[in-house]
Amino acid sequence: MLKKRVIATLIIKNNIVVQSINFNKYLPIGKPRIAVDFLDQWGVDEIIYLDIDATRHGYEPNFELIKNLAKKCFLPLTIGGGIKNIDQIKKLMKYGADKISLNSILLSDIEFVKKTSSIFGSQCIVASVDVIKVGGNYQVFDYLNSKSNKVSIVDFVRQLEDNGIGEILINSIDRDGTYKGFDMELINIIDPISNVPVIICGGAKTPKDFQEVFENSNISGAAAGNYFHFYEHSVTLTKSFLNRKLPIRFETNFDYHESDLSNDFRILKKEDIFLENMLFHKIENENI
Amino acid sequence: MKKIVIIDYGVGNVFSVYNAIKYLGYSNVKITYDEKDIFSSDAIILPGVGAFDEAMKNITKRKLDKILHENVLINKKPILGVCVGMQILSEGSDENGWHKGLGWIPGKVKKLELTQNLAVPHVGWNNLEIANKSNLYLNQSNSNPHFYFDHSYYFETEDKYVSSYCDYGIKICASVQNDNIYGVQFHPEKSQNNGLKLFRSFLNSVK
Repeated sequence: MLKKRVIATLIIKNNIVVQSINFNKYLPIGKPRIAVDFLDQWGVDEIIYLDIDATRHGYEPNFELIKNLAKKCFLPLTIGGGIKNIDQIKKLMKYGADKISLNSILLSDIEFVKKTSSIFGSQCIVASVDVIKVGGNYQVFDYLNSKSNKVSIVDFVRQLEDNGIGEILINSIDRDGTYKGFDMELINIIDPISNVPVIICGGAKTPKDFQEVFENSNISGAAAGNYFHFYEHSVTLTKSFLNRKLPIRFETNFDYHESDLSNDFRILKKEDIFLENMLFHKIENENI
Repeated sequence: MKKIVIIDYGVGNVFSVYNAIKYLGYSNVKITYDEKDIFSSDAIILPGVGAFDEAMKNITKRKLDKILHENVLINKKPILGVCVGMQILSEGSDENGWHKGLGWIPGKVKKLELTQNLAVPHVGWNNLEIANKSNLYLNQSNSNPHFYFDHSYYFETEDKYVSSYCDYGIKICASVQNDNIYGVQFHPEKSQNNGLKLFRSFLNSVK
């Protein structure tokens, strides 16, 4: 059966991965290629790369950087940021992108979805939609102008589907970088009306946050940035925790059943004697 | 050294496949649509992301249908179609109106129509039920290995051509085989170790 997806987002500014807080404060993390390399090894289900500088400063996607980081990315890679035309998409797909994420162009030319999905298939086109709560209503946020564009998220999701979108990535601005958990109220609005796969992003801090989404909705993917960058073992720990109750792709033998966790899911240090014994435990490399 | 060609027909994710094959240590790998390259190759990979008619249009525009026909059907060279590259092995598809495929494996490509509350496209990791013995899955460590899927259309064919199924409300054909012609609906180049192992199996079967 189809598994729930645990997804990592890479927010890119000045060609490096940054931590984003409420879409207005950014702290450097490191090189995209190294982040991709680690996330791939940790067994995350997908990576979404979003260059938040490109459209704002009128740049094209950084094709060389993307080509380079795709070299060791053996998992699905979605690329977004600065995409305005078909040729750019062709080039990105050729260089190793599996899906294309569109954001600001959707606000000015929603028909672009129709155009792209007829060439690349709708499965390849992802709408990245920034959502902000204004006076109790969820509205689409125009990040170039840093304000709501007053369109309700419900109407916008319908428009996207009418134009043949393949997937929708919902970024909650209010939760971005806050570690307060995913916005369940927002999820409960979008989940019943959407017919395409939806990914929620913004606010994750523990495996429980992912569990809450997957147990209480049909949302197929939950994404996080900062949590996966800053918390040790976060990817594997999250997936092993979810795997106890939910359909998850978990293909490693390391399931943390012998680990003690603190209340906020940090792994506690083991007894010295246990660690000493581990020195003699050999784990064979998988032969491909 | 085996010569492997990855067919470039304009809309595929050719570098993803190339990166995976290179990672496995094969040095003689080429992304190409050149006739000479294809004729001198030992194995062919037909990648694919995109719409069916766009893919077929590009195949015919580059005269690849005739070149591949001779290599695959007459010279019996092993070929692995991926995603749309697998779908075009069929007789044709309903995507954006009826379009003819290469017709090498009987069957048609149809839109996923699901009754339950299941989203289309079928996107994400799904596990396989291996149906017929195929050398594609010989080296998997799990008997129901996970692979990454991303498609809205599926290949409907006779059971004898199906080498694996996956379950998404309905039983979907996940891979096909007809003699030297292999096709996978999922993306091995994006399925981490399981995908790399599948490429290894396919290339190991190449004499």
